[in-house]
Amino acid sequence: MKQPALSDRPKLRRPARLKYDPARETELLLLPERVVRLNPSAGAILRLCDGERSVAAIIERLERNYPGSDLKGDVLEFLATAADKGWLEPWTSVTLTP
Amino acid sequence: MVGAMDIGYPYALTAELTHRCPLRCVYCSNPLELERREAELTTDEWLDVLDQAGRLGVAQVHFTGGEPLARADLEPLIRKAREAGLFVNLITSGVGLTAKRAQQLADAGVDSVQLSVQASVPELSDFIAGTRAFERKRQAAVWIREAGIPLHMNAVLHRLNLQLVEELAEMCASWGAERLELANAQYYGWALRNRSLLLPSREELREAEEALRRAKERFGHRMELIWVIPDYHEEYPKPCMGGWGRWSMTVSPDGRVLPCTAASEIRTLQFENVKRRDLAWIWRESPSFNAFRGSDWMPEPCRSCERKELDFGGCRCQAYLLAGDAGQTDPVCHRSPHHRLVAETVSGAPKQAAGGFTWRTTGENL
Repeated sequence: MKQPALSDRPKLRRPARLKYDPARETELLLLPERVVRLNPSAGAILRLCDGERSVAAIIERLERNYPGSDLKGDVLEFLATAADKGWLEPWTSVTLTP
Repeated sequence: MVGAMDIGYPYALTAELTHRCPLRCVYCSNPLELERREAELTTDEWLDVLDQAGRLGVAQVHFTGGEPLARADLEPLIRKAREAGLFVNLITSGVGLTAKRAQQLADAGVDSVQLSVQASVPELSDFIAGTRAFERKRQAAVWIREAGIPLHMNAVLHRLNLQLVEELAEMCASWGAERLELANAQYYGWALRNRSLLLPSREELREAEEALRRAKERFGHRMELIWVIPDYHEEYPKPCMGGWGRWSMTVSPDGRVLPCTAASEIRTLQFENVKRRDLAWIWRESPSFNAFRGSDWMPEPCRSCERKELDFGGCRCQAYLLAGDAGQTDPVCHRSPHHRLVAETVSGAPKQAAGGFTWRTTGENL
Protein backbone atom coordinates (compact mmCIF):
# COMPACT_ATOMS: atom_id res chain seq x y z
CA MET A 1 0.00 0.00 0.00
CA LYS A 2 1.24 3.49 -0.70
CA GLN A 3 2.19 5.84 2.08
CA PRO A 4 -0.51 7.95 3.70
CA ALA A 5 -0.90 11.67 3.11
CA LEU A 6 -0.09 13.98 6.00
CA SER A 7 -3.79 14.78 6.29
CA ASP A 8 -4.86 11.14 6.67
CA ARG A 9 -6.11 10.05 10.07
CA PRO A 10 -4.90 6.51 10.59
CA LYS A 11 -6.95 4.21 12.73
CA LEU A 12 -6.49 0.65 13.95
CA ARG A 13 -8.47 -1.73 11.84
CA ARG A 14 -11.44 -3.25 13.66
CA PRO A 15 -11.34 -5.40 15.76
CA ALA A 16 -7.61 -4.91 16.44
CA ARG A 17 -6.66 -3.44 19.80
CA LEU A 18 -3.49 -2.42 21.61
CA LYS A 19 -2.64 -3.72 25.04
CA TYR A 20 0.26 -2.71 27.21
CA ASP A 21 1.40 -5.94 28.79
CA PRO A 22 2.97 -5.46 32.20
CA ALA A 23 4.32 -9.03 32.26
CA ARG A 24 6.42 -8.53 29.12
CA GLU A 25 6.77 -4.76 29.55
CA THR A 26 5.81 -4.21 25.95
CA GLU A 27 2.93 -3.13 23.73
CA LEU A 28 0.98 -5.96 22.12
CA LEU A 29 -1.25 -5.64 19.09
CA LEU A 30 -4.22 -7.95 19.56
CA LEU A 31 -5.73 -9.38 16.39
CA PRO A 32 -8.42 -12.03 15.94
CA GLU A 33 -6.12 -15.03 15.69
CA ARG A 34 -2.75 -13.62 16.57
CA VAL A 35 -0.86 -11.35 18.88
CA VAL A 36 1.98 -9.14 17.67
CA ARG A 37 4.68 -8.09 20.07
CA LEU A 38 5.56 -4.54 19.06
CA ASN A 39 8.90 -2.81 19.44
CA PRO A 40 8.77 0.48 21.38
CA SER A 41 8.62 2.78 18.35
CA ALA A 42 5.91 0.74 16.62
CA GLY A 43 3.91 0.77 19.84
CA ALA A 44 4.34 4.52 20.23
CA ILE A 45 3.15 5.21 16.67
CA LEU A 46 0.15 2.87 16.82
CA ARG A 47 -0.93 4.33 20.17
CA LEU A 48 -1.42 7.63 18.34
CA CYS A 49 -3.46 6.12 15.49
CA ASP A 50 -6.84 6.93 17.01
CA GLY A 51 -8.67 8.07 13.87
CA GLU A 52 -8.62 11.66 15.18
CA ARG A 53 -5.00 12.66 14.79
CA SER A 54 -3.64 13.36 11.33
CA VAL A 55 -0.35 11.84 10.21
CA ALA A 56 1.17 15.31 10.52
CA ALA A 57 -0.04 15.56 14.13
CA ILE A 58 1.33 12.11 14.91
CA ILE A 59 4.76 13.04 13.58
CA GLU A 60 4.71 16.33 15.47
CA ARG A 61 3.78 14.59 18.69
CA LEU A 62 6.53 11.99 18.32
CA GLU A 63 9.15 14.60 17.46
CA ARG A 64 8.18 16.47 20.60
CA ASN A 65 9.01 13.34 22.58
CA TYR A 66 12.30 12.85 20.74
CA PRO A 67 13.57 16.42 20.18
CA GLY A 68 15.96 17.04 17.35
CA SER A 69 14.97 13.97 15.35
CA ASP A 70 13.40 13.90 11.90
CA LEU A 71 10.92 11.07 12.08
CA LYS A 72 8.70 11.84 9.08
CA GLY A 73 10.23 9.29 6.71
CA ASP A 74 10.28 6.52 9.30
CA VAL A 75 6.70 7.14 10.41
CA LEU A 76 5.33 7.21 6.85
CA GLU A 77 7.16 4.03 6.01
CA PHE A 78 5.95 2.27 9.15
CA LEU A 79 2.34 3.32 8.56
CA ALA A 80 2.46 1.96 5.01
CA THR A 81 3.84 -1.35 6.30
CA ALA A 82 1.26 -1.52 9.08
CA ALA A 83 -1.55 -0.91 6.61
CA ASP A 84 -0.16 -3.65 4.36
CA LYS A 85 -0.30 -6.07 7.25
CA GLY A 86 -3.95 -5.18 7.82
CA TRP A 87 -3.35 -3.44 11.14
CA LEU A 88 -4.81 -0.11 9.98
CA GLU A 89 -7.93 0.90 8.11
CA PRO A 90 -7.23 1.74 4.46
CA TRP A 91 -6.28 5.37 3.78
CA THR A 92 -9.02 7.77 2.93
CA SER A 93 -6.78 10.26 1.18
CA VAL A 94 -7.80 9.17 -2.30
CA THR A 95 -11.10 10.99 -1.80
CA LEU A 96 -10.78 14.53 -3.11
CA THR A 97 -12.03 17.08 -0.64
CA PRO A 98 -12.58 20.77 -1.51
CA MET B 1 13.40 -30.44 30.31
CA VAL B 2 14.11 -26.74 30.00
CA GLY B 3 14.96 -24.50 32.90
CA ALA B 4 12.40 -22.07 34.29
CA MET B 5 14.32 -19.18 32.78
CA ASP B 6 13.53 -20.38 29.27
CA ILE B 7 9.79 -20.41 29.75
CA GLY B 8 8.07 -17.36 28.30
CA TYR B 9 4.56 -16.08 28.84
CA PRO B 10 1.49 -17.65 27.27
CA TYR B 11 -0.24 -15.51 24.67
CA ALA B 12 -3.53 -17.31 24.31
CA LEU B 13 -6.02 -19.14 26.47
CA THR B 14 -8.59 -21.48 25.00
CA ALA B 15 -11.44 -21.64 27.49
CA GLU B 16 -13.58 -24.72 26.83
CA LEU B 17 -16.59 -23.65 28.84
CA THR B 18 -18.61 -26.82 28.31
CA HIS B 19 -18.67 -30.00 26.28
CA ARG B 20 -22.44 -29.71 25.86
CA CYS B 21 -23.36 -28.95 22.25
CA PRO B 22 -26.55 -29.06 20.20
CA LEU B 23 -24.49 -30.24 17.22
CA ARG B 24 -23.20 -33.77 16.74
CA CYS B 25 -20.54 -33.17 14.09
CA VAL B 26 -18.78 -36.26 12.78
CA TYR B 27 -15.45 -34.37 12.72
CA CYS B 28 -15.62 -33.06 16.30
CA SER B 29 -12.20 -32.99 17.94
CA ASN B 30 -13.58 -33.05 21.47
CA PRO B 31 -12.55 -36.18 23.37
CA LEU B 32 -14.78 -39.23 23.10
CA GLU B 33 -15.33 -39.00 26.84
CA LEU B 34 -17.11 -35.68 27.23
CA GLU B 35 -17.22 -33.85 30.53
CA ARG B 36 -20.55 -33.85 32.30
CA ARG B 37 -22.41 -30.67 33.12
CA GLU B 38 -21.97 -31.25 36.88
CA ALA B 39 -18.21 -31.39 36.41
CA GLU B 40 -18.02 -27.95 34.77
CA LEU B 41 -16.25 -25.09 36.50
CA THR B 42 -18.55 -22.60 38.19
CA THR B 43 -18.86 -18.97 37.16
CA ASP B 44 -16.61 -17.85 40.02
CA GLU B 45 -13.97 -20.41 39.09
CA TRP B 46 -13.92 -19.19 35.48
CA LEU B 47 -13.79 -15.54 36.60
CA ASP B 48 -10.74 -16.40 38.66
CA VAL B 49 -9.10 -18.25 35.76
CA LEU B 50 -9.55 -15.19 33.53
CA ASP B 51 -8.06 -12.91 36.17
CA GLN B 52 -5.07 -15.18 36.58
CA ALA B 53 -4.65 -15.47 32.81
CA GLY B 54 -4.46 -11.69 32.42
CA ARG B 55 -1.79 -11.43 35.12
CA LEU B 56 0.17 -14.29 33.56
CA GLY B 57 0.52 -12.41 30.25
CA VAL B 58 -2.29 -14.01 28.26
CA ALA B 59 -3.51 -11.50 25.67
CA GLN B 60 -6.25 -13.40 23.95
CA VAL B 61 -9.02 -15.73 25.03
CA HIS B 62 -11.03 -18.05 22.82
CA PHE B 63 -14.31 -19.06 24.42
CA THR B 64 -15.28 -22.36 22.93
CA GLY B 65 -16.69 -25.80 23.81
CA GLY B 66 -18.88 -27.67 23.01
CA GLU B 67 -21.20 -24.75 22.52
CA PRO B 68 -20.23 -21.82 24.77
CA LEU B 69 -23.69 -20.25 24.35
CA ALA B 70 -24.96 -23.14 26.48
CA ARG B 71 -23.41 -21.31 29.44
CA ALA B 72 -25.81 -18.67 30.78
CA ASP B 73 -22.84 -16.88 32.38
CA LEU B 74 -21.03 -16.23 29.10
CA GLU B 75 -21.63 -12.47 29.25
CA PRO B 76 -20.08 -11.91 32.70
CA LEU B 77 -17.12 -14.05 31.61
CA ILE B 78 -16.65 -11.86 28.53
CA ARG B 79 -16.81 -8.76 30.72
CA LYS B 80 -14.20 -10.14 33.05
CA ALA B 81 -11.93 -11.09 30.15
CA ARG B 82 -12.13 -7.54 28.83
CA GLU B 83 -11.38 -6.17 32.30
CA ALA B 84 -8.31 -8.41 32.32
CA GLY B 85 -7.25 -6.73 29.05
CA LEU B 86 -7.85 -9.75 26.83
CA PHE B 87 -8.97 -9.85 23.23
CA VAL B 88 -12.16 -11.91 23.31
CA ASN B 89 -13.06 -14.32 20.54
CA LEU B 90 -16.17 -16.46 20.75
CA ILE B 91 -16.28 -19.68 18.72
CA THR B 92 -19.86 -20.86 18.26
CA SER B 93 -22.16 -23.04 16.20
CA GLY B 94 -24.65 -20.17 16.30
CA VAL B 95 -27.34 -22.54 17.53
CA GLY B 96 -29.04 -20.99 20.53
CA LEU B 97 -28.23 -17.44 19.48
CA THR B 98 -31.00 -14.87 19.37
CA ALA B 99 -30.94 -11.24 18.26
CA LYS B 100 -31.09 -10.25 21.90
CA ARG B 101 -28.24 -12.53 22.97
CA ALA B 102 -26.07 -11.24 20.11
CA GLN B 103 -26.59 -7.71 21.39
CA GLN B 104 -25.78 -8.83 24.94
CA LEU B 105 -22.53 -10.36 23.71
CA ALA B 106 -21.68 -7.12 21.92
CA ASP B 107 -22.50 -5.08 25.02
CA ALA B 108 -20.33 -7.36 27.14
CA GLY B 109 -17.42 -6.53 24.83
CA VAL B 110 -16.82 -9.56 22.62
CA ASP B 111 -14.22 -8.59 19.98
CA SER B 112 -15.06 -11.16 17.33
CA VAL B 113 -17.35 -14.10 16.81
CA GLN B 114 -16.29 -17.13 14.82
CA LEU B 115 -19.32 -18.94 13.47
CA SER B 116 -18.95 -22.50 12.25
CA VAL B 117 -20.62 -23.87 9.16
CA GLN B 118 -20.45 -27.43 7.90
CA ALA B 119 -21.17 -27.01 4.17
CA SER B 120 -22.65 -24.57 1.66
CA VAL B 121 -25.53 -26.95 0.91
CA PRO B 122 -28.12 -26.89 3.74
CA GLU B 123 -28.95 -30.61 3.62
CA LEU B 124 -25.30 -31.66 3.63
CA SER B 125 -24.48 -29.16 6.39
CA ASP B 126 -27.23 -30.65 8.54
CA PHE B 127 -26.12 -34.21 7.75
CA ILE B 128 -22.55 -33.48 8.90
CA ALA B 129 -23.80 -31.69 12.03
CA GLY B 130 -26.20 -34.52 12.79
CA THR B 131 -29.00 -32.02 13.38
CA ARG B 132 -30.91 -29.27 11.59
CA ALA B 133 -28.71 -26.26 12.19
CA PHE B 134 -27.98 -24.62 8.83
CA GLU B 135 -30.90 -22.23 8.78
CA ARG B 136 -30.18 -21.15 12.36
CA LYS B 137 -26.57 -20.45 11.44
CA ARG B 138 -27.62 -18.28 8.51
CA GLN B 139 -29.87 -16.36 10.88
CA ALA B 140 -27.13 -16.15 13.52
CA ALA B 141 -24.80 -14.53 10.99
CA VAL B 142 -27.38 -11.78 10.42
CA TRP B 143 -27.79 -11.15 14.15
CA ILE B 144 -24.04 -11.08 14.78
CA ARG B 145 -23.58 -8.44 12.10
CA GLU B 146 -26.61 -6.44 13.24
CA ALA B 147 -25.08 -6.33 16.72
CA GLY B 148 -21.99 -4.76 15.12
CA ILE B 149 -19.68 -7.68 15.89
CA PRO B 150 -17.06 -8.61 13.26
CA LEU B 151 -18.19 -11.91 11.74
CA HIS B 152 -15.58 -14.58 11.21
CA MET B 153 -16.44 -18.05 10.00
CA ASN B 154 -14.87 -21.47 9.97
CA ALA B 155 -15.52 -24.69 8.15
CA VAL B 156 -13.84 -27.99 8.89
CA LEU B 157 -12.99 -29.72 5.61
CA HIS B 158 -13.11 -33.43 4.86
CA ARG B 159 -14.28 -35.77 2.13
CA LEU B 160 -17.94 -34.77 2.43
CA ASN B 161 -17.42 -31.07 1.76
CA LEU B 162 -13.92 -30.67 0.32
CA GLN B 163 -15.38 -30.30 -3.17
CA LEU B 164 -17.33 -27.24 -1.96
CA VAL B 165 -14.43 -24.96 -1.04
CA GLU B 166 -15.25 -22.26 -3.57
CA GLU B 167 -18.98 -22.40 -2.81
CA LEU B 168 -18.27 -22.18 0.93
CA ALA B 169 -16.17 -19.06 0.37
CA GLU B 170 -18.89 -17.56 -1.79
CA MET B 171 -21.55 -18.24 0.82
CA CYS B 172 -19.52 -16.89 3.73
CA ALA B 173 -18.68 -13.74 1.77
CA SER B 174 -22.39 -13.25 1.03
CA TRP B 175 -23.17 -13.67 4.75
CA GLY B 176 -20.78 -10.78 5.45
CA ALA B 177 -17.84 -12.71 6.89
CA GLU B 178 -14.61 -10.74 7.11
CA ARG B 179 -12.56 -13.87 7.60
CA LEU B 180 -12.99 -17.53 6.76
CA GLU B 181 -10.89 -20.28 8.22
CA LEU B 182 -10.94 -23.39 6.06
CA ALA B 183 -9.54 -25.99 8.38
CA ASN B 184 -8.80 -29.43 7.06
CA ALA B 185 -9.94 -31.94 9.66
CA GLN B 186 -7.41 -32.91 12.29
CA TYR B 187 -7.86 -36.46 13.46
CA TYR B 188 -8.56 -36.44 17.17
CA GLY B 189 -11.60 -37.47 19.18
CA TRP B 190 -14.65 -38.13 17.04
CA ALA B 191 -12.80 -37.24 13.86
CA LEU B 192 -10.30 -40.03 14.50
CA ARG B 193 -13.12 -42.47 15.04
CA ASN B 194 -14.64 -41.42 11.69
CA ARG B 195 -11.30 -41.06 9.93
CA SER B 196 -11.79 -43.68 7.24
CA LEU B 197 -14.87 -41.80 6.02
CA LEU B 198 -13.47 -38.29 6.41
CA LEU B 199 -9.92 -38.52 5.08
CA PRO B 200 -9.70 -37.23 1.49
CA SER B 201 -7.49 -38.68 -1.22
CA ARG B 202 -4.51 -36.73 -2.55
CA GLU B 203 -6.43 -36.01 -5.74
CA GLU B 204 -9.44 -34.61 -3.86
CA LEU B 205 -7.11 -32.42 -1.87
CA ARG B 206 -5.30 -31.15 -4.94
CA GLU B 207 -8.61 -30.10 -6.50
CA ALA B 208 -9.60 -28.32 -3.29
CA GLU B 209 -6.35 -26.36 -3.33
CA GLU B 210 -7.19 -25.24 -6.87
CA ALA B 211 -10.63 -24.16 -5.66
CA LEU B 212 -8.98 -22.23 -2.82
CA ARG B 213 -6.85 -20.36 -5.34
CA ARG B 214 -9.97 -19.38 -7.30
CA ALA B 215 -11.78 -18.38 -4.09
CA LYS B 216 -8.87 -16.13 -3.10
CA GLU B 217 -9.02 -14.41 -6.47
CA ARG B 218 -12.76 -13.84 -6.21
CA PHE B 219 -13.19 -12.99 -2.50
CA GLY B 220 -9.72 -12.36 -1.09
CA HIS B 221 -10.10 -8.59 -1.34
CA ARG B 222 -13.02 -8.51 1.10
CA MET B 223 -12.59 -11.68 3.15
CA GLU B 224 -9.40 -13.04 4.64
CA LEU B 225 -9.04 -16.72 3.71
CA ILE B 226 -7.07 -18.98 6.02
CA TRP B 227 -6.16 -22.51 4.98
CA VAL B 228 -5.29 -24.97 7.75
CA ILE B 229 -3.28 -27.74 6.11
CA PRO B 230 -4.22 -31.40 6.28
CA ASP B 231 -1.15 -32.73 8.01
CA TYR B 232 -1.65 -36.39 7.03
CA HIS B 233 -0.83 -35.47 3.43
CA GLU B 234 2.34 -33.56 4.27
CA GLU B 235 5.91 -34.77 4.26
CA TYR B 236 6.72 -33.13 7.60
CA PRO B 237 4.49 -32.69 10.66
CA LYS B 238 2.74 -29.48 11.69
CA PRO B 239 4.47 -27.32 14.32
CA CYS B 240 1.65 -28.26 16.67
CA MET B 241 0.64 -25.38 18.97
CA GLY B 242 3.89 -23.68 17.94
CA GLY B 243 5.55 -25.98 20.44
CA TRP B 244 4.24 -27.69 23.57
CA GLY B 245 3.71 -25.23 26.43
CA ARG B 246 5.21 -22.41 24.42
CA TRP B 247 2.45 -19.95 23.46
CA SER B 248 -0.90 -21.14 24.68
CA MET B 249 -2.91 -23.18 27.12
CA THR B 250 -6.36 -24.72 27.21
CA VAL B 251 -8.62 -25.02 30.23
CA SER B 252 -11.07 -27.89 29.79
CA PRO B 253 -14.66 -27.71 31.12
CA ASP B 254 -13.70 -29.43 34.37
CA GLY B 255 -10.70 -27.17 35.00
CA ARG B 256 -7.82 -29.29 33.77
CA VAL B 257 -5.13 -27.24 32.11
CA LEU B 258 -3.83 -28.66 28.83
CA PRO B 259 -1.00 -27.59 26.54
CA CYS B 260 -3.28 -28.46 23.59
CA THR B 261 -7.04 -28.92 23.24
CA ALA B 262 -6.60 -32.59 22.29
CA ALA B 263 -4.15 -33.41 25.09
CA SER B 264 -6.69 -34.88 27.50
CA GLU B 265 -6.52 -38.04 25.39
CA ILE B 266 -2.90 -38.57 26.45
CA ARG B 267 -3.42 -40.99 29.32
CA THR B 268 0.23 -41.14 30.31
CA LEU B 269 0.29 -37.53 31.52
CA GLN B 270 -1.35 -36.12 34.62
CA PHE B 271 -2.90 -32.71 33.94
CA GLU B 272 -3.23 -30.22 36.77
CA ASN B 273 -6.52 -28.57 37.65
CA VAL B 274 -7.20 -24.86 38.33
CA LYS B 275 -9.26 -25.97 41.31
CA ARG B 276 -6.06 -27.10 43.03
CA ARG B 277 -3.20 -25.13 41.50
CA ASP B 278 -2.82 -21.63 40.19
CA LEU B 279 -2.40 -21.05 36.49
CA ALA B 280 1.09 -19.56 36.78
CA TRP B 281 2.42 -22.61 38.62
CA ILE B 282 0.82 -24.95 36.12
CA TRP B 283 2.31 -23.00 33.22
CA ARG B 284 5.82 -22.80 34.64
CA GLU B 285 6.27 -25.76 36.94
CA SER B 286 3.86 -28.57 36.17
CA PRO B 287 5.34 -31.83 34.87
CA SER B 288 2.75 -31.99 32.07
CA PHE B 289 3.67 -28.57 30.65
CA ASN B 290 7.38 -29.28 30.99
CA ALA B 291 7.17 -32.78 29.56
CA PHE B 292 7.80 -31.75 25.94
CA ARG B 293 9.25 -28.26 26.20
CA GLY B 294 12.49 -27.58 24.37
CA SER B 295 14.21 -30.45 22.57
CA ASP B 296 15.85 -32.56 25.29
CA TRP B 297 12.89 -34.96 25.36
CA MET B 298 13.15 -35.75 21.65
CA PRO B 299 13.95 -39.21 20.35
CA GLU B 300 15.53 -39.91 16.99
CA PRO B 301 14.90 -39.02 14.23
CA CYS B 302 13.95 -35.63 15.76
CA ARG B 303 16.98 -35.27 17.99
CA SER B 304 19.44 -34.95 15.11
CA CYS B 305 16.96 -33.38 12.67
CA GLU B 306 17.62 -29.93 11.24
CA ARG B 307 13.88 -29.19 11.47
CA LYS B 308 13.45 -29.80 15.18
CA GLU B 309 13.17 -26.07 15.92
CA LEU B 310 10.67 -25.68 13.06
CA ASP B 311 8.12 -28.35 13.86
CA PHE B 312 9.10 -29.41 17.40
CA GLY B 313 8.60 -33.06 16.48
CA GLY B 314 4.99 -32.43 15.45
CA CYS B 315 1.95 -33.21 17.53
CA ARG B 316 2.31 -35.02 20.88
CA CYS B 317 -1.34 -36.05 20.89
CA GLN B 318 -1.03 -37.56 17.42
CA ALA B 319 2.10 -39.46 18.44
CA TYR B 320 0.18 -40.87 21.40
CA LEU B 321 -2.96 -41.72 19.45
CA LEU B 322 -1.17 -43.35 16.50
CA ALA B 323 2.13 -44.65 17.87
CA GLY B 324 0.98 -45.17 21.46
CA ASP B 325 3.66 -42.91 22.92
CA ALA B 326 3.41 -39.13 23.25
CA GLY B 327 7.20 -38.91 23.31
CA GLN B 328 7.65 -40.31 19.78
CA THR B 329 8.11 -38.38 16.54
CA ASP B 330 4.74 -37.48 15.04
CA PRO B 331 3.99 -40.38 12.63
CA VAL B 332 3.00 -37.83 9.98
CA CYS B 333 6.73 -37.18 9.48
CA HIS B 334 8.06 -39.33 6.64
CA ARG B 335 11.19 -39.93 8.75
CA SER B 336 9.18 -41.40 11.63
CA PRO B 337 9.56 -45.16 12.18
CA HIS B 338 5.76 -45.22 12.51
CA HIS B 339 5.08 -43.27 9.33
CA ARG B 340 3.46 -46.21 7.56
CA LEU B 341 0.50 -45.83 9.99
CA VAL B 342 -0.26 -42.55 8.26
CA ALA B 343 0.95 -43.37 4.76
CA GLU B 344 -1.19 -46.50 4.50
CA THR B 345 -4.23 -44.61 5.76
CA VAL B 346 -3.75 -41.86 3.19
CA SER B 347 -3.12 -44.19 0.26
CA GLY B 348 -6.13 -46.24 1.39
CA ALA B 349 -8.49 -43.24 1.11
CA PRO B 350 -11.06 -43.22 -0.31
CA LYS B 351 -11.03 -46.89 -1.27
CA GLN B 352 -11.35 -48.35 2.20
CA ALA B 353 -14.48 -50.18 3.06
CA ALA B 354 -15.98 -48.54 6.05
CA GLY B 355 -18.98 -48.68 8.29
CA GLY B 356 -21.27 -45.75 8.95
CA PHE B 357 -20.45 -42.52 10.71
CA THR B 358 -20.46 -42.21 14.46
CA TRP B 359 -22.05 -38.89 15.29
CA ARG B 360 -20.77 -37.13 18.39
CA THR B 361 -23.03 -37.29 21.40
CA THR B 362 -24.55 -33.97 22.40
CA GLY B 363 -23.37 -34.11 25.97
CA GLU B 364 -26.84 -33.18 27.22
CA ASN B 365 -27.71 -36.75 28.10
CA LEU B 366 -24.40 -37.82 29.57
